[in-house]
This record gives sequence, structure tokens and C-alpha cells, in this order.
Amino acid sequence: MDHPTSRRTSWQLVSRTKTSWQLVLLILAALAILFLPTFVAAAPPTDRTYRLEARSFEYTPPAIQVNQGDRLTIELSSTDVVHGLYIDGYDLNVVADPGQTAKLTFIANQSGSFRFRCSVTCGALHPFMIGKLEVGTNWLWWQAVGFAVLVLIVVSRLPKSLRFVQLRKSDLT
Amino acid sequence: MTRYDLTPLLQPLLKNRLPQFIIQAIALGGFIFAIIAGLVGTPVGNHNFSIVFVWIGWWALLMLIAVPLFGRAWCSICPIPLAGEWLQHGAILKPTGKGFGLNLRWHNKFRNIWLQNISFALVALFSAVVLTQPNITSIVLIAFLFVAFAASLIFERRAFCRYLCPVGGFIGLYSQVAPIEVRVKDSAVCAAHTEKSCYNGNAEGYGCPWQVYPGGLSKNTYCGTCMECLRTCPHDNVAIQIRPIGDDLIKPHGRKLDEAFKAFIMLGSAMTYSAVMLGSWGQLKAAAYAVGTNDWALYAITFLVFIFGALPASFFIATSFNRKSFINFAYALIPLGLLAWIAFSLSFVFANASYLLPAISDPLGWGWNLFGTVNFKWTPFLTQVTPTLQAAALIIGLAWSSQVAMQIGEQIKANAQGVIAFCFVITLGMLWLLVG
Ligand SMILES: [Cu+2]
Repeated sequence: MDHPTSRRTSWQLVSRTKTSWQLVLLILAALAILFLPTFVAAAPPTDRTYRLEARSFEYTPPAIQVNQGDRLTIELSSTDVVHGLYIDGYDLNVVADPGQTAKLTFIANQSGSFRFRCSVTCGALHPFMIGKLEVGTNWLWWQAVGFAVLVLIVVSRLPKSLRFVQLRKSDLT
Repeated sequence: MTRYDLTPLLQPLLKNRLPQFIIQAIALGGFIFAIIAGLVGTPVGNHNFSIVFVWIGWWALLMLIAVPLFGRAWCSICPIPLAGEWLQHGAILKPTGKGFGLNLRWHNKFRNIWLQNISFALVALFSAVVLTQPNITSIVLIAFLFVAFAASLIFERRAFCRYLCPVGGFIGLYSQVAPIEVRVKDSAVCAAHTEKSCYNGNAEGYGCPWQVYPGGLSKNTYCGTCMECLRTCPHDNVAIQIRPIGDDLIKPHGRKLDEAFKAFIMLGSAMTYSAVMLGSWGQLKAAAYAVGTNDWALYAITFLVFIFGALPASFFIATSFNRKSFINFAYALIPLGLLAWIAFSLSFVFANASYLLPAISDPLGWGWNLFGTVNFKWTPFLTQVTPTLQAAALIIGLAWSSQVAMQIGEQIKANAQGVIAFCFVITLGMLWLLVG
């Protein structure tokens, strides 16, 4: 943007104040998204038991939902070969022989969506035998959506001079 | 724009053919060993060198490090075209002038990456099997070798790399993002140089195997970073430089429909792979695996319609049904596509990287223990932070793609909002698949 020299300083001052306000708002929004989970109360914890049936190469049901803080017991049974269950993030593992039920009890103290995967080589698609444990609200998802929106606002308002790659004059044909 | 010339540092190393040859030889050895392991070793994929070192080891290096940081660096050491190229050159190192083969010109009609778009889609259709069955991986690798060998003997230069290789197509597309490039220092020197030894070759090296005239090089897409022009240029006018990341994406010339489609194919494949391999839908996995059945046919058709039809069609709507906007704006999808692949690979690689240790000690699954690591238990790494890293990668991709979309919009004087909205929807889709 080109302005007459005489007015440049006052203009820069105005735009700089505007920019710093936008920056403050932006940081506030980012902090709000980051700390959103701390402001929301979780449901009271209870005891829950889920039966999870494993067979090559899927879990039934494919997803388990509990509230944060619940004491969760997973009864893993296998209908064909030996399968395992490793829960990402919780670093817990249990193995079930065919026809037998293995139990895993733990307190679901971290909220979010966690993949669980088979921990015993059981055939070709073994590395992709995956299910989902959903504990309370999946804040990471909501935070990511929040940041995605924020990023679009920033990119659309970012002064061209602050872009990390600049267009050359020769590129504007 | 700032660029740092690395040539003074690297030139002695690169002009000499030996360092590159040694790495190529090691890669070729590993490649042939992977083929043998896949054929004679255990059929259990995650205990077989072929699956573990190709689809976990090599893939992690390629997608998480080589392509984002060094562009086509892999192509400079890739073992696949070597045998054919040595015959074509009649030499393993310096030119001897005793080449072999028909040296036919590649047909004009196919001087684009449509065949690579098709070859990638074909491999992708069978990916659930290729990625998990050692013998099928071997067959695919042998097919690569064979086609590359035949292409070297029938056609001139590196026809396989340039027009057929399913991997080379997307490495080229994403190498535009890399912070490194091979370019001439002063184009006036090239203009005055009548021999054009960089393209025609001389006693020091071969004319550009990738059929690129280095003097006119402005994008990384088809530069295989093979270093021949560094060796042939009598004026030392070729440089390897560090440059701003993504610099090629905002160059307005040379944007083409085949490359635009590559962007959709790769974006759509990242989404499909995330759903099939990292999702919790057992039926979908079974369908993708059951090659030849009706379920697989349905999966295959859906996949093809998605990458060649639905995605481009919705992007055509997002670019107001304008062909020029469609082609130009497709280049804005490249950062998001690359980061979607990185996000997918993070989970896949971290969860399965621990298979590398037992597999190096017992590559064939025959009960060996070469390095004493055979009993290392499967341990998923970093599962605590992987979802956060994946989400961050996708958000960075969205921000980057949106910025490129706005810059392309400024170039072609078109509104980028539809494209940014498209990127936003894709980002949400990938987020849902990976961390939802
Ligand atoms: Cu299993």
C-alpha cells in the first residue's frame, strides 16, 4: 500500500495499533482453543464393562465410548486366532487366546480418541487391525477444528510482506 | 529471494562419481535382497525384510524426510533404473561412448505424467495386498526392475523414471515444496554456450538423463538431481542451492492438467489409505484386501471414481467451472497433500517401526539372530503424541495451501475462496479420519 509521505507516519501508527489489536485477539483466541478443555466439567465417573470380540482383522464393536474417569473393563475374546489389544496413549496391552476371554481393567483418565490395535501378529492385515476408544470429549479434534478456522482467518488477513514465500513481480503475469 | 549456494561445499563430493555410486550400489543390494526375501522368506509380512524395510523403513525415509527436505534426492540414488542405464551407457561410471540400445524417442503424446498417474492408481488399487504380502511386494519390485530395464534399452535416457515410474510421479509433484534445488547460476552463460553439454553430454558426463535442459530449469518436478549437469558443465555454472520452501508452487508457467490430476490422485489416496489402513472399518479392509472379488471391485471403482472423478469435480465447482483456474489452483493442493501423507505416515510408521529391529536380525524369518535384536518386542512409539503431531501437520498443510491459493489467485486474478474452502473441507476430513 502506498500513501503520501506526509501521512505515512500517522497511517503506520493507525495500522500498527490495528495490527497489534488483531494480534492480541488472535493470541486470545488461540489460548481459548488450547485451554478449552479445562473449562468444561466431565460427567461423573462410573464402572463400565465392554465385551470386545476380535477376529481377523477387526474388532466388534469397532469403537468403545466411555466418560473420562470411568473405570473401564474390556473383556476381549477372540473367535479365530490369538489376537491382542494395545491401546495407544494408554500404553496398555492384553492378549486373548481363541475361545478364552481376557480382561483389562483401567481408569480412563485421559480424554480423547485413542486407537487400539492388535498386538499379536495374526495374519496379513494384522498391522491394520484397529479400533477406537473414545473417552469423554475428543478435545484434540475440536482444538484442531478451532485452529483450522483460526489459520484461515490469519492467512486471509496476513500482510503480504509477512508471507513466508513472496510472489516476485515476474510471477504476476 | 535469498538462496544459498551449496556447490562450493558439495561440488568435490558430487563431481566425483564414486560416492553416489556407492550409495546406489548399497540401495541396489538392499533392493535385490528385498526381492529375494519376499520370495523365499516367511510369508508373515511384519517379519519379512521385504515388507518391513520397503514399506516401513524406506517409506518413512521417503515421505517423512527425503521428499519434504530434499525433493527428488531419492531418485538420485534409486536402484531401479541402474541396470538398464548401465547397459544404455555402456558404462557404470564415466561415459565410454559405447552405449547399447535402440535409443528411441519417447512418443510426444505421452510426454506427460498421465501414464504415471495411471501406474500409481494401479498399484494403489492393490495396495492392501502389496503392503502386507512379501511375495507380492517382490513381484511388484521385479516388475519395476523389468519395465525400467526394458525402457532403458528401447528408449533414450531415463524414460521409465520420467514417464512411467508410479513413485516418481508423486516425488516430482511434491519435490516442488522442497527447500533445495539444482539450478544454473547465470543463464546468460548457458545462452552463450553453444555445445549445451549439459543436455548433449561430454567426456565428463551424460546429457541430462531426465531430458531436461538445465539452463531452462525453473521447477524441481522433472529434475532427478542425478548431478550429471554438475559434471558436464564446463563453466561450473550449475549450483545446488537452498531456497525458500515451496518456491516452485507459485511459478505461474508450465502448469498442466496431468500434474493437476496428480495432486488430486495423491490427496485422494492419502484419504483412502487413512480410511482403509488406519480406520476401524473391518469390512472396508477386507474388501481392499480381497483382490478379484465383487467387494474389491466395488472398492476399486469407488477409489477410482473418488480420485479421478469426485475430487476433481468438486474442485471444478470450487474454481467456478473455469479450466484455467482449475489447473492453476490445483497446485495449491500440493502442500496439503504432502502434509496429509506425512500425517498418515506418522501413525503408520511410529506404530510399526519396531518391526525393523527383529527384521534386520532375522530378515527372512528363518530364526536367525544376526545382530541380537530378534527378540525386540513390537512396541508402538510415541502413541501419546502422534495424534497431536498429525493434527499439527494437517493444520500447517491447510495454512500453507491457503497461502499458495491466495498467491495463485493474485497471479491469475481469480478468487481463491472456493479453493480455500475446499482445502478446509479436506483438512476436516483428514482430521476426522486420523484423530477423530
Ligand atoms: Cu489380530
